[in-house]
Amino acid sequence: MLDKADEQIFNGSVRLVHAVGMHARPAVKLTKLAKRFQAHISVRVAGAPDWINAKSVAKIMAMRAAHGSTIEIKASGSDAEAAVEALVNLIATDFSDEAS
Amino acid sequence: MTDTVGIVIVSHSKDIAKGTADMVRQMVGSEVKVAFCGGNPDGGLGTSVSLIIDAINNAWSTKGVAILVDLGGAETNSEMAVEMLEPARRDLVVVCNAPIVEGAVMAATEAAGGSSLAQVKAVAEELSAD
Repeated sequence: MLDKADEQIFNGSVRLVHAVGMHARPAVKLTKLAKRFQAHISVRVAGAPDWINAKSVAKIMAMRAAHGSTIEIKASGSDAEAAVEALVNLIATDFSDEAS
Repeated sequence: MTDTVGIVIVSHSKDIAKGTADMVRQMVGSEVKVAFCGGNPDGGLGTSVSLIIDAINNAWSTKGVAILVDLGGAETNSEMAVEMLEPARRDLVVVCNAPIVEGAVMAATEAAGGSSLAQVKAVAEELSAD
């Protein structure tokens, strides 16, 4: 099992450029990508009180992040750094198929 | 590639069933098997146990199959279809208590990540939990 003492938290932040914001299709893509990582990954609209589990498609759809808002990402676990990088890239490239 | 839970969509209307399956394929992708059925054999509204069994066979996966239904008869006929499967497969098929379109998309998203049948059902039912 993971040694808690080694568990570093990685953070990322990215502006949501998708025209309609975090609607159904982007939410599915983000969730599917997040599930490829072992890391525990959370996201929120910058400044929001609660972090949302990035692997829960229902919760990601419900966050209703608007176009132009900033999404914060944090992750912990063995592949956390790669997970943050991949999710930032997905959002920054407007959820292109190449990034998902 | 690991097997993923299959998804079956059962509506009274073939158009709704097909449209829901199209949404799942376009939004989630082709890695999850999706089968659908709707309407009675005469082409009217309704559901048919034998068509549901065919759909379960088409979406079959060793990880199991999650069924999404619309109204009353779709649920009871789906339960009947499950009961008519061989005992070994019966426990690998569940009917989800979830809205048909949203439930199908969320169940398929969860299935695509390789989740178990219980996890897929739980995610589909998150929408009706509160």
